[in-house]
Amino acid sequence: MSLANQLRYHLNVSIVGNSVLRLQRWQGEWQMSRPGSWQNAHIAPPVAVAPRLKELISRHYLKGQYAHLGRKVAWVTSGAPVEFLVALGYFVLYPENHAAVCGIRRMSESLCTAAEDAGYSPDLCSYARTDIGSVLTGKTPVGKVPRPDVLVCCTNICQTVLFWYRVLAHHFNVPLIVIDTPFLYTEATERAVAYVKAQLEDAVIVAERVAGRSLGFDKLKQATRYSRQACELWMKIMECGQHRPAPITAFDEFFHMAPIVEMRGEAFTVDYYAALLAELEQRKANNIGAVTVESKRLLWDNLPVWHRVRWLSEMLAERQVALVASTYTNAWGELAHLVDPERPMESAATVYLHPILNRGTGHKLKTMRRMVDDYQADGVILHSDRSCKPYSIGQIGQRNRLADELGAPALLLEADHNDPRAFSNEQVATRLSAFLELLEK
Amino acid sequence: MSTVVAIGADAGSTTTKLVGISHDGVIVWETIEPTEPRMREQLERLLATIPGSGGSAGPTVPVVATGYGRNLVDTKHRRVTEITCHATGVYRSIRSSGTLIDIGGQDSKVIVIDAAGGVVNFAMNDKCAAGTGRFLEVVAARMRESVQDFAALALSSPEEVAISNTCTVFAESEMVSLLAQGHAIESISRGLHRALARRVASLARSAGAVAPLMMSGGGAHNVALRALLENELGAAIRLPAKPQLMGAYGAALLALRRAAA
Repeated sequence: MSLANQLRYHLNVSIVGNSVLRLQRWQGEWQMSRPGSWQNAHIAPPVAVAPRLKELISRHYLKGQYAHLGRKVAWVTSGAPVEFLVALGYFVLYPENHAAVCGIRRMSESLCTAAEDAGYSPDLCSYARTDIGSVLTGKTPVGKVPRPDVLVCCTNICQTVLFWYRVLAHHFNVPLIVIDTPFLYTEATERAVAYVKAQLEDAVIVAERVAGRSLGFDKLKQATRYSRQACELWMKIMECGQHRPAPITAFDEFFHMAPIVEMRGEAFTVDYYAALLAELEQRKANNIGAVTVESKRLLWDNLPVWHRVRWLSEMLAERQVALVASTYTNAWGELAHLVDPERPMESAATVYLHPILNRGTGHKLKTMRRMVDDYQADGVILHSDRSCKPYSIGQIGQRNRLADELGAPALLLEADHNDPRAFSNEQVATRLSAFLELLEK
Repeated sequence: MSTVVAIGADAGSTTTKLVGISHDGVIVWETIEPTEPRMREQLERLLATIPGSGGSAGPTVPVVATGYGRNLVDTKHRRVTEITCHATGVYRSIRSSGTLIDIGGQDSKVIVIDAAGGVVNFAMNDKCAAGTGRFLEVVAARMRESVQDFAALALSSPEEVAISNTCTVFAESEMVSLLAQGHAIESISRGLHRALARRVASLARSAGAVAPLMMSGGGAHNVALRALLENELGAAIRLPAKPQLMGAYGAALLALRRAAA
């Protein structure tokens, strides 16, 4: 980074950008503190730290906008080992997260269509289509997405990413690092861990070459330490949902999870989650529920339906139902104990082998059973996600076994996480209403 | 005629049904007509025709609305999904737990009912007309037959052509090409009913169907579908007296229950 560019980066991001975002945060906090500013009778007002979340996400994308002034950029899959990239000073972008932002901002449909116009199948994952559509058209709700210098694709979430990232590598003509994680039918073998670790060591060499600097082991340990702290705090935040009434719902977590996914390994992420946890503990002490009147509690399985989060959340809250947990948000906290900052490479190899999507369906059923107990859930909504087959496979059996063995009624809800064309409001409303009638009987 | 003390209105995608019941839960008034594009006006008009029930001012007795148009009735009326209503209506009619298969105009449902008449589990077709009454309406119309006559043709045939498509649109084109190959209408009809029965049977199995089997909705009137479903699922199907009215009847029973509560 030349001195002039360094100055420009700091002027735009650290001085002007940060000041504007801080001001916006204060405005948000002030608006939230005004009496009568919250109108929804069924949902409690957002947590006071919510404007900080907005500030964090906006600053993340602001850094991305000015990354061309000197920071190297890595695009990574959501389950990719990221600590070595953070330690090397990369700006890390998650196309999946960006696609989710497009979904929330109602842009995913037009971006999916753009990808389909270019010949990509409508059967392809809607995250992939949204991302490819954004790359092809340059359209994004976040201002500007920085071009990648390197791509890191880890197969621990699905196999689609392999082909998706090959497309990106071809388009941008940049190196593609693939980290192949053998599927775990039972436990990870030593051989599997060694295999992933060897790939991580190779990945570091490529990332160092692209960054033009060497990886400092202390920095890697520090980033790993922050990752572990953030994951632990995130787990405690989600566990607040075990309280009756739950001070946070999975709908809230779908938004608050942004830092744990795309800002892992950073000190400010740890600070943010510490503040959120403190506020939720306070809400627990005061018995403030995220849903004003909580009569029933449900568990959610699979990705959110990003384009309908608010609609679903209001519909359930009106019926006095709190979505107290989700296997999806849980995935970013449940492995915290495996993260060892003193052995960053070995522990990364172990941790990144164990995401729920890289394990058998029996493991997921076990996780759901435990969560139904821990969170005292009255039932489960299984989002059968047209775009995410690895997450949706086995759900019919899981639904029946949850009902038969645990007495927890479970609903299979057909939708798509990012493509609104695969979602029917009326059909979903009827199924959800019938399911709630069944719970209320 | 006994006085109507509770009303159930089932505004379905294809037909709209209204049922009035007496104190003891017996149907004393009923009406059924094709659903019109202006569903709200249609519902208001039909509600005003119920004998001794308020006329144009609307019913003075409790009303529960169900079906896709349930949200179009006056907000003072309760809305309940057709899953709960069909289960309630059929349970009262047959007085048995088991598995209810409801073949409606644009969706099909499998509802598992417990010994107390409550819904234990349900499954519905998704985003596709395969497995619904619409499938048979489309293919029968293509053959210029009524749905009932088309079903009779199916049962008259000892032979059956394999239809690979359950997609309504593709099944229609597959049917045309089978006709062009010289297959008899009867065996094609049987094949089409088989395809539909298989689709519904698979839905039933996925919902964990338990015996006895029961049927409601307009599809229950289809003799060929019923026979082939029994064949696919290996069990006899019991029918309530008025299968197509079960959603509205269940809604009326829920209205009565609420009034009594």
